[in-house]
Amino acid sequence: MGELRLMKGNEAIAEAFIREGVDAYYGYPITPQSEVMEYLTAERPEKRTGMVVLQAESELAAINMVYGAACTGKKVVTSSSSPGISLMQEGISYIAGSEVPCVLLNVVRGGPGLGDIQPAQSDYFQSVKGGGHGDYRQIVLAPSSVQDMYDHVSLAFELAFKYRILVLIQSDGLIGQMMEKVEIGEQKPRLTNEEIKAKYDTWALTGRTPGREHNIVTSLELDQAKQEQFNIHLQNKYKEIAENEVLYEEMEVEDADYILVAYGSSSRICRKAVNLAREKGLKVGLLRPITLWPFPEKRIAELAKRVKGMLSVEMSAGQMVEDVRLAVNGKIKVEHFGRYGGMIHTPEEVLEALETKIIGG
Amino acid sequence: MTEEIIIAGFGGQGVLSLGKILAYSAIMQNQEVSWMPSYGPEMRGGTANVTVILSDERISSPVLRKFDTAIILNQQSMDKFQEAVKPGGLLLYDNNGIIHPPTRKDINIYLVEAAKEAAKMGSAKTFNMVVLGAYLKIKPLVELENVIKGLKKSLPERHHKLIPMNEKAILQGMEIVKEENLV
Repeated sequence: MGELRLMKGNEAIAEAFIREGVDAYYGYPITPQSEVMEYLTAERPEKRTGMVVLQAESELAAINMVYGAACTGKKVVTSSSSPGISLMQEGISYIAGSEVPCVLLNVVRGGPGLGDIQPAQSDYFQSVKGGGHGDYRQIVLAPSSVQDMYDHVSLAFELAFKYRILVLIQSDGLIGQMMEKVEIGEQKPRLTNEEIKAKYDTWALTGRTPGREHNIVTSLELDQAKQEQFNIHLQNKYKEIAENEVLYEEMEVEDADYILVAYGSSSRICRKAVNLAREKGLKVGLLRPITLWPFPEKRIAELAKRVKGMLSVEMSAGQMVEDVRLAVNGKIKVEHFGRYGGMIHTPEEVLEALETKIIGG
Repeated sequence: MTEEIIIAGFGGQGVLSLGKILAYSAIMQNQEVSWMPSYGPEMRGGTANVTVILSDERISSPVLRKFDTAIILNQQSMDKFQEAVKPGGLLLYDNNGIIHPPTRKDINIYLVEAAKEAAKMGSAKTFNMVVLGAYLKIKPLVELENVIKGLKKSLPERHHKLIPMNEKAILQGMEIVKEENLV
């Protein structure tokens, strides 16, 4: 067993960046994720592993530093919170158009606009439907505990490099700010330049290799026929991801009449709501998507064949509920419940909503 | 065993660190913990509270409306959290600055005059450890030995010389806690 520590989600993920052997972090501070860079700078990762930690002059600069460094096959990461992630959308679209692997963390706060600094899940649309321009997708992981914040870093980089895609870890102010027990893993070594060249020489900018053409990393292709071919290639890649990389977790669904669908912080609140419901004799289960894209639509469609209703519980005005409805395709009743704008629902409120909107509704 | 606690008082009283030390102590005995502060644009003198959950099982919601225990350290928190204690639960409070003491008859109420005691001990900073001692006397969920281990883990090395004083404050809190209402 690894070392046990009591850490905030933001600190745990920062430690995970170092232990993953990440080459560089570029970021710009914003509440409620400022502890990420605070922790990184206090830990002096340039001494621990040689990792670069740089405070950029803006979010725009940070995402473009990520883009540039990721072109070289290095492991790079940035983090921000909602308004900062909005500022990064241009770079995110370029990264998708250039197929470079990298990892982003969004510790979501209440919006729209500057909103507030309390936890929210109102960036779901931006994360899974694409906040930038063009036909692109990104893998979205939704941690629901401080341990997940730590563990998802490895998973995110594995997927990012497997598919040359941006992986977004969508957390929120609650998971970021709360402390829980975390088991810390081993330090992975950073790859050497030679190792990177050996692994990613087919696409990365690692210096000219005699005998092969120049690698060009760009999102620009003015020949529309070639651009269409490139887009088809992207869509095929996304299809492969959707078929192979869906992750979800279930609680008490075997005999359930009703299902709560919730991710991240909200799924934690729903675990308690399931317990409260069971105490009252109501057969309620929970489906927690771990990947928000690709979405566990097949599993939801299967469950829709045998349960009576589903409640999508999100700290938003109702965003994921649209994907739940698409998956259910009219077979059963699907409603949304959630507090938003930085407010957090309680387990009792969730149960009450289930009783009024689904069971009695 | 699952114990759901709210600790509430003024910023600067050591509310968050009291919760942190309790959480660390529970980790030392290999329990699951969560520590969820009310955070925001807050400051010294403003209200501060933290929800701490200790459990033998995986912890579900870190956000709660009802608590097994409320540790209340100022009047605003009394107004806000007295009603949040589950029937049969525990309310532990320090009466410094309390104008309206707790009135519920369906919960166990204990008083710890921690501010007074800390002043007597000559260090206002041990206040939160006096409160912790009182709590552990009523609910001995973590061993004192694990609290000391927890203190070592949560305090930076340069402050380890303060541990004996904190231990003394905890023992003092255990000594002076008083029952006011039992159900």
